Amino acid sequence: MRWDADYAADIFPKLLDGLWLTIQVSLLGMALALLLGLVIAVVRYAKIPLLSQVLTGYVLFVRGTPLLIQAFTIYYVLPEYGITLSLFTSGVLILGVNYSAYTAEVYRAGIEAVPRGQWEASTALNLPAWRTWTRIVLPQGIATIIPVLGNYQIQMFKDSAILYGIGMTELLGTARELGVAGRSLEPLTIAGILYLVISYPAAILTRRLERRYAPTH
Amino acid sequence: MSEVLEYKGLFWDGLEQTILLTILGIGLALVIAFSVGLMGISRHRVLRSPAYVFVEFFRGTSIIVQLFWAYYALPFMGIKLDSFAAAVLVLGLNEGAYAAEIVRSAIKSLPRGQTEGAIALGMRPTLRLRRILIPQAVPAMLPSFGNVFVDLLKATPLVSFIAVQDLTFNALGVRTETQETTVIFVGLLVAYFVLGLVLALITWLLEKRFALDRRPHPLLRPLVSGGPGVTR
Repeated sequence: MRWDADYAADIFPKLLDGLWLTIQVSLLGMALALLLGLVIAVVRYAKIPLLSQVLTGYVLFVRGTPLLIQAFTIYYVLPEYGITLSLFTSGVLILGVNYSAYTAEVYRAGIEAVPRGQWEASTALNLPAWRTWTRIVLPQGIATIIPVLGNYQIQMFKDSAILYGIGMTELLGTARELGVAGRSLEPLTIAGILYLVISYPAAILTRRLERRYAPTH
Repeated sequence: MSEVLEYKGLFWDGLEQTILLTILGIGLALVIAFSVGLMGISRHRVLRSPAYVFVEFFRGTSIIVQLFWAYYALPFMGIKLDSFAAAVLVLGLNEGAYAAEIVRSAIKSLPRGQTEGAIALGMRPTLRLRRILIPQAVPAMLPSFGNVFVDLLKATPLVSFIAVQDLTFNALGVRTETQETTVIFVGLLVAYFVLGLVLALITWLLEKRFALDRRPHPLLRPLVSGGPGVTR
């Protein structure tokens, strides 16, 4: 093994730039996934005819197809219908749409875990539906699922590497570009370590959250 | 559309590679899952620690990074894998790490009395695992294994980046030729979705086969049971 330390030091700042882009795209992607997933979960729970069934199909299909192919579809097919998005926006959309199908299921579990009595009490107090959801059900439902959502954020951070496939120079893309131009060993190894350095402590933290938010009843 | 169909042969070849990759990947993942998973429940730290490091390492970075590393960085260390071998290896090791956690937690969640009972009967550790612990844990593992298998299938398109000629690789080639972007990508989504359904179906059949309260098929019952004390 010939590790070129000078070369490694040379490319490190560029890889950090890539890491920063990876972090940005995965934070925004998760924000979108949290929002979309919540809407999907609430609509499905409310059993709105047709719309609920369509969303059930959406969740099934998005979960059942590869992220890379979804990325290609969003990035290459949408422009054929006149929707042209920047690379970064596409990246956020790809991750957000994919993970919305997973977060929707997590929200559902959280909502279903809220005891029936809470709903009944809201009805008894004559609370309008909007307030029942925003003040009673969601705050309790979401508290229990925070660790799971944390896990998905970590997973999205790692999965965002597939955006290299549509030409984004995030962490993996940067490493690959450097590898094509010169040596592959150092950039890919450093990139791998950078992913690990963020995701491993984050995973430990989430495990701690899990213990903290574990239902006490 | 008809233009795309001219490349039928290419799609079939790609599909074949994808299915082959999935099967080999699942095979390797299962071997890894049981060896690393069982190391994880060992009493000895020398076995437990490497298992922990292995699992955390493969779960801490994404499969695509590992794939690139195995294909582009390993040669610098004198290990040259061809693209198909690298693909199977990474798919198996990565998903195997997830599956190892399933094996470990399924066995650990069995009631302690099972182990104690087996010890009381004088069973040695290997026999205990083989006859008591693993058979009881398998039904609990299967649904999660099913998810891992589908995840593995969904990860196979990534191998097109290291030039394995799977379904995605060939479809991308056809797209360059025909410019039929929509048909090809929507077709790919549907193809992988259907493959995933088939895998889910297989898992479901296995779940039935390994269920603890499994009963023989009604038509086979006269053949299998019948002796004194055999009926339940």
